[in-house]
Amino acid sequence: MKCRKCGGAAAIELRRHNAAFCTADFLEFFRNQVREAIRRHRMFARDEPVLVAVSGGKDSLALWDVLIEDGYRTTGLYLDLGIFDYSVESKAKCEAFAEARGVPLLVRRVADEVGAPVPVIKQVTRRPPCSGCGLSKRYLLNRAALDEGLPVVATGHNLDDEAATLFGSVMHWQTDALPRQSPALPSTHPKLVRRVKPLYRLSERETAAYAFLRRIDYIVEECPFAKGATSIAHKQILDRMEDASPGAKHNFLFGFLEKARPAFERAEAVTLNECARCGQVTTGTLCAFCKLADQVKRSV
Amino acid sequence: MKVVLRNPRREVEVAGNRRVKEVLRELDILPETVLVIRGDDLVTADQVVSDGDTIELRPVMSGGAP
Repeated sequence: MKCRKCGGAAAIELRRHNAAFCTADFLEFFRNQVREAIRRHRMFARDEPVLVAVSGGKDSLALWDVLIEDGYRTTGLYLDLGIFDYSVESKAKCEAFAEARGVPLLVRRVADEVGAPVPVIKQVTRRPPCSGCGLSKRYLLNRAALDEGLPVVATGHNLDDEAATLFGSVMHWQTDALPRQSPALPSTHPKLVRRVKPLYRLSERETAAYAFLRRIDYIVEECPFAKGATSIAHKQILDRMEDASPGAKHNFLFGFLEKARPAFERAEAVTLNECARCGQVTTGTLCAFCKLADQVKRSV
Repeated sequence: MKVVLRNPRREVEVAGNRRVKEVLRELDILPETVLVIRGDDLVTADQVVSDGDTIELRPVMSGGAP
């Protein structure tokens, strides 16, 4: 197999692009896709500081690597979920990454903020662990950005993540979730920072290949709570579709973004309030994070 | 040849001297769900792996909380 650009030996085949690339040309392809995402959705300006949410996994560290290499002013934020050895190891990966590149890394502990780590939250709420974990992540990322005076949070969500989320929303016709699914969500309230996903044009395999070829030491092991997660089941279904028809995930997600999302966006009319407890943004009186923290406090 | 699988980490022996895509088919693994790694390099599905090779099939899926 030959590189589409230089004709040298290919390191990776991208079936959805009907192409293969050598290492150097793949890395450039990858960076160009991130640049195109940032440009197309005006995610952030060249001189804007960016908070990068990092988990120690391939996606977030690959994203951070591209932004650092392209000269952006970045700060990493690692949320310690308190998930046994998995959190210990993933935190160490982030710290080593930041130290090697001389970039700042903030660490916040979910246990300090909610009152208990994710395994305890799972027991208290009796809900899938990903539920409380995702809620805590979104809340704490926004609050950390506000505290640090950073206008935008960048996350490592990739094409597969976005396609799986869309698949889940469509399967249940969660029409309130559809307008919020976007590579870039603007700040719609003084206490909500911009949220962007610069990897949304790149597949999970492409981010893994980038991390491997850049020799980024990331955590390969899955989160122990991810086993059995609905999002994983949806990804597996989409993987079968992609195998049968390369480009299926891309067409599903990009077709939605270009053709369907605008209709759902027009239909959404949400009033934003400030939480009576913490002052963060909510559609109700008390935000979901404070309700979760209350539930944990009552039980621990 | 030796194949290293992850999550959990384990090793299996399969016949070599054939293309990577044939090894993946035997193990019922979709090519788009793994990186195929030999030493410090990625290996494409059309490349031949020999009996003495060790390859790692590293899953690319991550997930759970969005």
